[in-house]
Amino acid sequence: MSQRSNARLEAMAAAARRHRRLQAWLPWIVIASTFLLWEAAVEVLGVSTFILPAPTDVWAAAVRWWKPLLDDSLQTLITTLIGFGLAVVAGLLLGVAIGSSTLVYKGLYPLLIAFNSIPKVAVVPVLIVWFGIGVWPAIITAFLISFFPIVVNVATGIATVEPELRDVLRALGAKPSDIIRKVGLPRAMPYFFASLKVAITVAFVGSIIAESVAPNAGIGRLMMVASSRFDVPLVFAGLIVTGIMGIALYWIAEWIERRTTGWATRGQDQNLATGG
Amino acid sequence: MSRAFVQIDNVAMRYGGVEGTLALEGCSLEVQEGEFVAVVGPSGCGKSTLMRLVSGLWPATDGNVLVAEREVDGPLSLVGMAFQNPTLLPWRRILDNVMLPLEVVPAHRKRLRSERAKYEAKALELLKLVGLDGFGGKFPYQLSGGMQQRTSLCRALIHEPPLLMLDEPFSALDVFTREDLWAVLQQVWMARKPTVILVTHDLREAAYLADRVLVMSARPGRIIAERRVPFPRPRTMETTFLPEFTELVADLRSYIAAARKGEEVENVPA
Repeated sequence: MSQRSNARLEAMAAAARRHRRLQAWLPWIVIASTFLLWEAAVEVLGVSTFILPAPTDVWAAAVRWWKPLLDDSLQTLITTLIGFGLAVVAGLLLGVAIGSSTLVYKGLYPLLIAFNSIPKVAVVPVLIVWFGIGVWPAIITAFLISFFPIVVNVATGIATVEPELRDVLRALGAKPSDIIRKVGLPRAMPYFFASLKVAITVAFVGSIIAESVAPNAGIGRLMMVASSRFDVPLVFAGLIVTGIMGIALYWIAEWIERRTTGWATRGQDQNLATGG
Repeated sequence: MSRAFVQIDNVAMRYGGVEGTLALEGCSLEVQEGEFVAVVGPSGCGKSTLMRLVSGLWPATDGNVLVAEREVDGPLSLVGMAFQNPTLLPWRRILDNVMLPLEVVPAHRKRLRSERAKYEAKALELLKLVGLDGFGGKFPYQLSGGMQQRTSLCRALIHEPPLLMLDEPFSALDVFTREDLWAVLQQVWMARKPTVILVTHDLREAAYLADRVLVMSARPGRIIAERRVPFPRPRTMETTFLPEFTELVADLRSYIAAARKGEEVENVPA
């Protein structure tokens, strides 16, 4: 009897291990097969390099131009991170303000939505007039585009604090600032990190848009220059590097999220205490 | 003792403006210092509203609420509250949840930093008292509903409030857990003698725990009957099987049945 149940438990554990291993490998398998399929399609259909370069062509271009590719992507990375950092600070502050005060919410929200609906490409020329060609238009575009999701999420997290939770603190004579610090902010953290994952990827979009409209430096400029020279493999190399940077930063945001807001995902593998 | 510790005089409470729902009207009651009072009534009769008025979470529309001879005009830090739900902060470990009031109540927050070890020892002692020894480092989601409610009780007690407001704290629990917690609450009350107002719809709970049971009418709520509970303490589960106990519960039930029909109940003097 117990032997049988042991065997069954072991089988279940083995199945769970296989499942986890598959989960860990699956993204890599999907990426590798995408490239293989792409390579094969280009080969079989005889698409010219000018239309769609094969991954091997892209790789060759990346190896050939590794120095400017590295310099420009580092430039874009720094620009994006500065804009993103500003967006985090401003987004947290404004999100807390909007989330904790109905007046601020009613007053500011329409303006924020209007502002977010403006295509950021249209703003870049204005930024160039204001700040000149250089790194600032890209930083500010990254900031503008990644700021909104952070504000909305932090505000939602704070505004949806359960009234009972707030009453627990109010009944003790807590000041509104105490309630934001002890309940609002910690509760908004899962929302905040969820928004960071969106914000960091769109921040790249922002800085690269600015770099392509006002070519000064960065991976956006590199791609503009490459396409004006009809060097399509290099354009694709730039795109892939951008994607890799996006994934890397997404992972970092996710890692921080897991470390700081484990309570929200309720570690499923932990044993529940029994009794009551 | 010239004046009661909690004094509610002809209080009314209306929600949502002039045309809104009248939850309480002409509601008067007194609770002496160190007394354990239970308030029972049909559902929706304004019991929880009463709690919120006394603890200063909401202002009364009419009438006076006095606690410790002071007019209540805002939340009082001398109140400890526990609600129907445990309302623990899910990102805090059990010990930190229990210690939350100490970070807020002015008298304690100043001393918390320098005397943290002492306060922590006190919190652990409370957890032990309610049977949660060794769970201080867990997160709320790792505990069962009953254990979370015990934690919530500890949180209501940690700053040694002279007034304990319990708003149906056991109603979401199963019968056995609930009866366990009655004993725990009685033990705490006998050790510290805080003034307690317990709102409940469980008549056995009211009769087991309270010195005095007040019955509220249907909305708009006011006190329509009052019964003193004569059984000596500590009461046990055996107490609840006494014929007198059953009789008391039956009486309370008949008041509530009448209140639900909207009939007047003859006030029984205590």
